[in-house]
Amino acid sequence: MEGMSTIVKKVTQLIAGLIFMYGIYIILHGHLTPGGGFAGGAIIAGAFILQILAFGTSSLNLKKEVAGTSNTESIAILMVVLLAIMALFLGAGVFFTNYLPKGTAGELVSAGVIPLYNIFIGIEVAGAILTIFLALVIFKEESSK
Amino acid sequence: MIVYILCFVLFLVGLYGVITRRNLIKIAISLSIMEFSIFLILVLIGYVDNGVAPIVDPNMTGQVYVDPLPQAMVLTAIVIGLATTAMLMAIAIRLYRKYNTFDIREIKNLRG
Amino acid sequence: MDALIPLFVAIPLISAFLIILLGKLVKGFHKIMAPLILLALLIMSIYEFVNLDNTTVIYTLGGWSMENGYPIGIYMVLDGFSVLMLCIINLIGFIALFYSLSYISKYTAESNYYSLFCLIIAGMNGVVLSGDLFNLFVFLEVSVIASYALVAFGVGKTELEASFKYQVLGGLASMLILLAIGLIYWKTKTLNISDVRTVLGNGYSNPFYIFVQVLLISGFGLKAAIIPFHAWLPDAHSSAPSPISAMLSGVLIKAVGVYVLIRLFFNMFVLSQEIAVVFTSLGTISMVIGALLAIMQWDVKRLLAYSSISQIGYVIMALGMGMILLVRGDNPGVAALAIAGGVYHLVNHAVFKGLLFLNAGALEYRFDTRDLKKMGGISRLMPVTSSTSFMASMSISGIPPFNGFFSKLIIIIAAINGKFYLLAVLAVVVSIITLAYFLKFQRYAFFNKPLQKSVEKIREVPFPMSFSMIVLAFLCLALSLLAFPSINDAVLMPAIQVLMQSDLYSITILGL
Repeated sequence: MEGMSTIVKKVTQLIAGLIFMYGIYIILHGHLTPGGGFAGGAIIAGAFILQILAFGTSSLNLKKEVAGTSNTESIAILMVVLLAIMALFLGAGVFFTNYLPKGTAGELVSAGVIPLYNIFIGIEVAGAILTIFLALVIFKEESSK
Repeated sequence: MIVYILCFVLFLVGLYGVITRRNLIKIAISLSIMEFSIFLILVLIGYVDNGVAPIVDPNMTGQVYVDPLPQAMVLTAIVIGLATTAMLMAIAIRLYRKYNTFDIREIKNLRG
Repeated sequence: MDALIPLFVAIPLISAFLIILLGKLVKGFHKIMAPLILLALLIMSIYEFVNLDNTTVIYTLGGWSMENGYPIGIYMVLDGFSVLMLCIINLIGFIALFYSLSYISKYTAESNYYSLFCLIIAGMNGVVLSGDLFNLFVFLEVSVIASYALVAFGVGKTELEASFKYQVLGGLASMLILLAIGLIYWKTKTLNISDVRTVLGNGYSNPFYIFVQVLLISGFGLKAAIIPFHAWLPDAHSSAPSPISAMLSGVLIKAVGVYVLIRLFFNMFVLSQEIAVVFTSLGTISMVIGALLAIMQWDVKRLLAYSSISQIGYVIMALGMGMILLVRGDNPGVAALAIAGGVYHLVNHAVFKGLLFLNAGALEYRFDTRDLKKMGGISRLMPVTSSTSFMASMSISGIPPFNGFFSKLIIIIAAINGKFYLLAVLAVVVSIITLAYFLKFQRYAFFNKPLQKSVEKIREVPFPMSFSMIVLAFLCLALSLLAFPSINDAVLMPAIQVLMQSDLYSITILGL
């Protein structure tokens, strides 16, 4: 798959990092402002997809990329379920409880285990959307040879 | 009242697309349009008169918030809709490789 | 035991992603892990079944207990009916997985298959255990999306077309269900099933709730393949790989179709005469038309798929009769008999339809075709397949001493006692038609004269496949013991009691 014109490449070099940071901001403030894991993960995936579309896939090893994103997604989901199961042993002993100390409302570090869930779900959604996109690109490349 | 009728009209537009379009991709997009109209109805159900967005500010008390539960439902349903659309698109691409056309009038191997 | 309940959903979810992660590093990891996980689930579900003792176990996720009398948490509920469905799901799942250890070697990308299979089991366990509406919807979507991928697993022309048709109709059904859930939330301001029942018990306005009930019957009826919502079923069930056809036809249309209809209409909505008549008539039409369409089929798995429509019609008709008798209120004994017949036939159908699809898979494995006109004469060359298939065909047609006879007999007796004479006559006629097309299946597949000379090279199927078929055939005989009253009380009565006293569900959950 070929890349796009020079203007698109220059603008992508300037903006992709900002989009990535914006996605991280939305994930981290998920318990204070709207957003959270899903929306932030989709924005992070958007940053990577923008780079792949603008620069083309000739310099990427696509099989290794899709293996990397697939492994990232699986590890992130396993961490989420592991956090939920750890609640069985700590705290009140019920699945999915909030067992870390909750700070004052409105601080960044508060609300127990919810920011951790947001982070791992964000990584998982980004990995999933990237895996879908890369699988479609690989399919197109293989069948157009 | 009129917003609900408009959402229902959007649902009917999507349904019309699923029934009459011949291109596989257009059927998938029409299914997405139907899903989005249902999400709009769900969010509109939770509206409270003179309510603001449900973000709790510890300084202001006695605020009337809109209902946040349908918003949580719609967030989850959007992700489910994403998975459904991705699945449909993957199958549509593979069908194009096998039959060399997106037209559903050509793809009728199974009868009876 | 309390803490086991969320593990029914968490364990297959973990194993699905572990299989993807470690399947690239360790060869053959998926062949060891997936059967072990499903065996563990089967042992856990039998343990819950034995220890339940007519109580209802409630598990609140996150420890959010009731606040001022309103249930604000997500509940997982295990009562008599849920534990029966759990046992069926995990049993048929384990046997289909064991069968596919040797069947799937003909396809590529095996680790994806096992991971998707674990996701279907996780989704169905979640549907059966959930206590509120939106959680049910989410787990329903998990299992249904995994089944879309599994129907298209061998990416040939017919599989892809069947999967596309299945997906469009399934997506439409999910949207109708989501709309109905939204409308219920609008009027009752709650999503918990027992809390909705409490709000509805205080009186409600009829036309709105009839609309919601019709939406739910359409949505879940599409998942359960009742006529006129059956158009996806013959294509999807005949093009899928055979263990997946056994899972789809044997468990999925029951766990996400019939189970949810029963749970919502018996335990959430107040029973009304119009909806009960709709249920009974839909069931009767499915029963008759499914049987008539199945006679004309020459493709083995399409014939079995149409007969699935017919047998699910039996179950819905029996439950509809029970609803009509409960609304009339004068004959609770006959209503209990009708509901018992319906639930018993549900259990039986999972076992013998699973066995029939596994047999059709064995035939396809050896003959490489699904056309009945091209098979024949192998009753001595494949002894396990032909004898188990004979037992399953006799069982589904209702010949004593197999289990199909007892469940159909209970349904017909309940119909006669409740003065539904037309339904009893139709049930007997459809049973005879079922016998007709299964004799056709037996004759063309096994007892005909062999058409090609290459038939002599055909041997029996490998050990995992024949072991699964023998276990299911043994269960066909063992389940006929459920007709005796003493065993019936231990196994089926808890399920029926939950359905008969429709207030009991909500009173038990909210009283705690």
